[in-house]
Amino acid sequence: MSSPLLRFLVKRLLHTVVVLFGVLVVVFALLQLVPGDPVRVALGTRFTQESYDALREASGLDRPLLVQFFAYIGNALTGNLGVSFRSGEPVTLILLDRLPATVSLGLAGITIALLIAFPLGTWAALRRGSAADGGIRAVSQFGVSVPDFWLGLLLIIVFSTMLGLLPPSGYVPFTEDPWGWLQRVILPGLAVGVVSGSIMTRYVRSAVLDVVGSHYVRTARSKGLPRRTVIGRHVMRNALVPILTVAGVQAATMLGGLIVIEVVFAWPGLGRLVFDAVAARDYPVVQGTVLLIALIFLLINLLVDILYAVVDPRIRVS
Amino acid sequence: MSSPETPSSDRLAPGAGDGRTGPVPGPAEPAETPEEVSRTGTLRMLVSNKVTAAGLVILVLVVLLAVLGRWIAPYGANDIDVVNALQPPSGAHLFGTDELGRDVFSRVVLSARISLTVGLVAVGIALVVGVALGLVAGFFGGWPDTVIMRSADVLFAFPILLLAMAIVAVLGPGLTTAMIAIGVVYTPIFARITRASTLAVREELYVKASQAVGASDGLILRRHVLPNIMGPITVQTSLSLAFAILSEAALSFLGLGVQPPEPSWGRMLYDAQAFIYDAWWMSVFPGLAIFLTVLAFNLVGDGMRDVLDPRQRTADEIRRSA
Repeated sequence: MSSPLLRFLVKRLLHTVVVLFGVLVVVFALLQLVPGDPVRVALGTRFTQESYDALREASGLDRPLLVQFFAYIGNALTGNLGVSFRSGEPVTLILLDRLPATVSLGLAGITIALLIAFPLGTWAALRRGSAADGGIRAVSQFGVSVPDFWLGLLLIIVFSTMLGLLPPSGYVPFTEDPWGWLQRVILPGLAVGVVSGSIMTRYVRSAVLDVVGSHYVRTARSKGLPRRTVIGRHVMRNALVPILTVAGVQAATMLGGLIVIEVVFAWPGLGRLVFDAVAARDYPVVQGTVLLIALIFLLINLLVDILYAVVDPRIRVS
Repeated sequence: MSSPETPSSDRLAPGAGDGRTGPVPGPAEPAETPEEVSRTGTLRMLVSNKVTAAGLVILVLVVLLAVLGRWIAPYGANDIDVVNALQPPSGAHLFGTDELGRDVFSRVVLSARISLTVGLVAVGIALVVGVALGLVAGFFGGWPDTVIMRSADVLFAFPILLLAMAIVAVLGPGLTTAMIAIGVVYTPIFARITRASTLAVREELYVKASQAVGASDGLILRRHVLPNIMGPITVQTSLSLAFAILSEAALSFLGLGVQPPEPSWGRMLYDAQAFIYDAWWMSVFPGLAIFLTVLAFNLVGDGMRDVLDPRQRTADEIRRSA
């Protein structure tokens, strides 16, 4: 491994650690910023002095702030995110239970996004200025502007209510019933995938355009290479790096969109969990979910940057 | 990100440092002042692009709805008429009625004011705070830069909607909280863009000259730096308005934004979920309103970018997806 790459990796890793510490501070502060007593607020009508004292002690809120902070950081780093105010279950277990559903929907979404963006973006770029290019750019602009949750509702109206082709909601784990999972993941996957795919189409188009205009593609053409060879060997191969980078960034960004889509389709993932937890004022679960999603977001971005640096040496120098 | 060749700096005439924001040297009428030239030139270029012009038309219509809504809406937002509940679109009710017999068209029209207000106030918060922080970070550098930009990095680590939800979870749902939450989540974007542009302008000769003659930092920032970085900030403002309106709609859809009886497009979609099998119109029209408004801001934002800041295109696209 060359030394500029190593230096880049160490620097990028340190940056992630610093940001992660900041994330932990923000997540810890969430509970402290709740006006009034969060335990009392969370218990609501279920309040009794005994349950109040027990929950306060279990969550460590009876200790001084600094002690709470360091305990939170220490516990979080060892995977202990406290207990749910509502069920008393460890938050980590709840998160692990919900994670697979979110991951499977996220993967379906990014696959659909790539299936939309890759052909459309490439086609638009190779026919720059044509009616097809204009049409694809317009559709992509529409896709960027459409609220994903509204698209979800429209998909339910058309494919479930009117055509009766697909179930409107629900979840079956892929490992239990792959066909059932596929039937249920198509509509929510489309809802997140179309929006991400529209954004990615623009990037794919611009990445392919950048490569098409480069000197080596001009040289390849001037050598008389067939169009198919130029596109396959020179254009697509070089455009793939920025496209995959954008796919990674979109996968991270999609996490935000998944929250609301999981609510629309009653998909029992992290989004649905945080939605329910906010409504129930179950703060440890809110904190845990926010922390986990931010962590996944950071890790995907770190991975994308590292892969990009490994593939493209220019990034290390800059 | 930005370089000394950033359009916001190099497109300007030598006199730009005296506070003029002449981003594009448009065709000038002899009687016009330089400010008028830039303004009319920019507007002309915006309108000459058909797609941007279409965005501007939709935007004007939405603003008109927001301002004149109460005179346009045939019914009040909360005029309940249970006898006529869940009626499909008809002459009496253009967009049909909801589960309480309220006129969906009137509610869509009257929601425009709230959605635009939330968007404007939230982006206003992000703009003022973000630009101020970005100016300090970019102009002074050193530890303020490190602290501000690392804090921005931390906020960037949260998906926008999740951070907004977390803030609402703490402060409680409502219109004001939604505005604050959306304002907070969009602040780092403005801070980053402002910092990057400031870094480029800071090295310009006219800034160095002002420093040499002893002008105060405040004066330099106000008179020389800020006017010269307005291009990318203006573009980001339009694009952020689109996303702020989407975020407000998403928060209200989750029941965390605008609360009843106040009408809002997102909240109408939230209510429509329960009647998705019986009343498609309850879902379709409020969503269409969000879509058209967001589309209009995006089209205008893209048009502005092409006119004010063409070389920022890729960087802006990356920021929008972040």
